[in-house]
Amino acid sequence: MQLTMFCTRVIARKLYVNVSRLKVRHKHFCTDAATRVSGSNCGQPSPEHKETHDLSNNIQHYDIAIVGGGMVGMALACSLASMPLTKHLNVAIIDSNPALGSRPYFNKEDPPDPRVSTVTPATISFFKDVGAWQYIEQHRHAYFDKMQVWDYTGLGYTRYNAQDINKEVLGCVVENKVLHGSLLSCIENTDFQKTIYPSKLSSMTLPPSPSSLGMDSTSSRPPLSSQRHLAKLELSDGNSLYTKLVVGADGGKSRVRELAGFKTTGWNYSQNAIICTVEHTVENGCAWQRFLPAGPIALLPMGDNFSNIVWTMNPKESTNRKLMNEDEFVKDVNNALDYGYGPHPTSSLFGSGEMFSWPRAGVTLSANDCFEVPPKVVKLASERMVFPLSLRHASDYVSKHVVLIGDAAHTVHPLAGQGVNMGFGDAFALSRVIAEGIAVGSDIGEVTVLKKYEAERKPANIMMMGILDGFQKAYSVDFGPLNILRAAALHGAHFISPLKRSIISYASGEQKLPLFT
Amino acid sequence: MASKLVRHSHLRALSFSINNYIRSPHFSTPNRAPLSYRLFSNASSSSSSSARPDKSTGGFQRASSLKDLELTKFASIAETWWDSEGPFKPLHVMNPTRLAFIRSTLCQHFSKDPNSARPFEGLKIVDVGCGGGILSEPLARMGATVTGVDAVEKNIKIAHIHADLDPVTSTIEYCCTTAEKLVEEDRKFDVVIALEVIEHVANPAEFCKSLAALTVPDGATIISTINRSMRSYATAIVAAEYLLHWLPKGTHEWSSFLTPEELVLILQRANITVREMAGFVYNPLTGRWSLSDDISVNFIAFGTKNCQ
Ligand SMILES: Cc1cc2nc3c(=O)[nH]c(=O)nc-3n(C[C@H](O)[C@H](O)[C@H](O)COP(=O)(O)OP(=O)(O)OC[C@H]3O[C@@H](n4cnc5c(N)ncnc54)[C@H](O)[C@@H]3O)c2cc1C
Ligand SMILES: C[S@@+](CC[C@H](N)C(=O)[O-])C[C@H]1O[C@@H](n2cnc3c(N)ncnc32)[C@H](O)[C@@H]1O
Repeated sequence: MQLTMFCTRVIARKLYVNVSRLKVRHKHFCTDAATRVSGSNCGQPSPEHKETHDLSNNIQHYDIAIVGGGMVGMALACSLASMPLTKHLNVAIIDSNPALGSRPYFNKEDPPDPRVSTVTPATISFFKDVGAWQYIEQHRHAYFDKMQVWDYTGLGYTRYNAQDINKEVLGCVVENKVLHGSLLSCIENTDFQKTIYPSKLSSMTLPPSPSSLGMDSTSSRPPLSSQRHLAKLELSDGNSLYTKLVVGADGGKSRVRELAGFKTTGWNYSQNAIICTVEHTVENGCAWQRFLPAGPIALLPMGDNFSNIVWTMNPKESTNRKLMNEDEFVKDVNNALDYGYGPHPTSSLFGSGEMFSWPRAGVTLSANDCFEVPPKVVKLASERMVFPLSLRHASDYVSKHVVLIGDAAHTVHPLAGQGVNMGFGDAFALSRVIAEGIAVGSDIGEVTVLKKYEAERKPANIMMMGILDGFQKAYSVDFGPLNILRAAALHGAHFISPLKRSIISYASGEQKLPLFT
Repeated sequence: MASKLVRHSHLRALSFSINNYIRSPHFSTPNRAPLSYRLFSNASSSSSSSARPDKSTGGFQRASSLKDLELTKFASIAETWWDSEGPFKPLHVMNPTRLAFIRSTLCQHFSKDPNSARPFEGLKIVDVGCGGGILSEPLARMGATVTGVDAVEKNIKIAHIHADLDPVTSTIEYCCTTAEKLVEEDRKFDVVIALEVIEHVANPAEFCKSLAALTVPDGATIISTINRSMRSYATAIVAAEYLLHWLPKGTHEWSSFLTPEELVLILQRANITVREMAGFVYNPLTGRWSLSDDISVNFIAFGTKNCQ
């Protein structure tokens, strides 16, 4: 055991390239065919032989295998590393993304990447709790404390200030690569026992259900091998490993979800979004969103003189706008953010029973906040990326030994900031549920433990998705969810206050064990 | 003898009502349904065996003969101890809550680090009436050196098989024996735990004396049980059975359920001072149990053995 720990730490720290090379060579010894045959035998009546074989080949055992080391998977790892009850866990992270193998390095001079997330105050406090926010602060990030939402019809507008909800900020815009890199740096700087497998999950064998552990099996067989309570993962590079718990953090096309047989429901919105970075002549300190006939356009501050554009439209328009020349595109953007499609609004929407008349307990709007025109865009500063919009939700998040987090459980929109905030909420809730399970000696692969995570997250996520989708349907079939997502993220606490409060409570460090006081 | 029989029927009646009360509506598998009244059915069979004042071979033979008679049911019971949706669901659902109590009281008493994943490292614990090991396994994961004993052989077998699945729990020592037998063998433990057992034993006061004898001086004893107020749930059914033909001679005899006050008293007589007590309350909305001051239904007591 000691030896294993030592080895894995070495793998994790520096040698993993070498080791993986070794492992690749090892793969040639036992041919692909042999691996596959024995693999498919696993769980069948003759696994005992196989297990001993595996043991002699030193198949590693882990407490948790995180499949997918994206933002959400890494957030889970960081959270586990930061809590006293979970920091001893032996964790494998499986992801072929080369970013996981190298120390993150970002050049501050480069213009921001168009893939950004609007992180909520809840996410910020979660990052602070696990110790990752300090790394974000070393890189580009843009807090904003104002936002303005208006409509092309000129009917009205809404402006929000952070002070209105007694907050310092409404949110912070951070490039996805910075969020990811900060989580990586954070975990590198702990002595958490993690092993990174630079590979992909190809198959998964779950242990038989307890009902097949009948007494009859003992009469004819030697004592059940201990692997019988572990899930076995096989990777595309021929490696395999055993684990008590498999966490599917492998994104919207989750392989874990597929292999575990979880169903999903969802639909595509036959809408696309264009994202890109743009430049102004002045710094933008406000988040802007305007509802246009085909969908909303959002302009998010990115720090310096940069902003991020997220613009929803029908697929044909998006193809055109991706291909048109830069000057024309910039003109289109300015048009969409100013007089295009209709006049400037003259009266505040607040109290008109219109779009934003959702419960806003205790919120008083600054009445003297006048409508403003967003800063002009002068230059396109990145490529234009186009993504289709869709909504997808897994009917279950957990089964014995398997749990889904992040986009694997719910995809609200490939681009929307709220998506990843929901994922961070999942990561935090799951790590806390695992800690609580460990506190009372539970087997962390036990579905009764995992169900607590599902019970906590599913209603929150469904409610969020329902609000977003409901809005999309209520206001216009043309309106993609993105506007709502952005609105939800940006309007923050009062727009979706009950949900928000619960997210904040997850994220604000209420890591209380279920002990009585 | 008559009162013993009555107790037996009463237990069945009570467990039936508990199941109706607690079991989730989507309890489905029809072939398992007849077992559902058996929440404590193993216990009732064992309580009849342990009810024999003579704890020598007689009782055990009876247990094993029971096993012989029910060979066909054997495997299905093996499943159900560890089927978290099965007849023992209440114990599974309650488990984290009672373990939270155990963790908090033991960490405090033995000055163990409450932030440790294995705070019970170095503690010798016996789980008396361990059943399938629902409590023993978490205790082992929390670092304790665990001995699990149960009067029913098949429970011990099941506990064994299940514990062997995980190297951490395979270290548990399981024995088919009783607390009394362990006392005869002069075994001692830092912590003696008997959860949901005392209501099934013939003589609670004697049982507590045995538990005390197993506890080292200044060691801990933890007992949980159902308060006699639960009688209200069972009364109707029991009364029906009275009407059938189970009329007891002394009505006050028919329940061996203890009130918290009675438990404190008999533990005190056994040289154990109860230091902490909590109730379990069930929230039907969340399907979870939590600890509370309300000890009117299920309760758990933590006591320490006085140094003579
Ligand atoms: C192309 C794209 C652009 C996006 N742009 C934005 C944006 O601008 N703003 C925004 O807020 N959100 C954006 N999103 C959404 C946001 O990135 C997601 O909500 C967030 O990334 C979810 O994080 P995740 O960790 O759950 O999944 P992902 O970020 O999708 O991470 C999944 C990880 O799993 C790995 N993986 C996949 N399959 C396997 C396998 N079989 N074995 C091992 N590893 C596997 C992948 O390599 C990846 O690292 C975008 C999403 C996509 C796909
Ligand atoms: C309701 S179960 C409780 C099981 C376990 N303690 C738990 O709480 O998860 C009661 C158990 O006590 C056992 N039992 C009853 N009387 C006993 C006795 N006198 N000695 C040992 N075990 C006994 C039964 O066999 C049964 O497994």
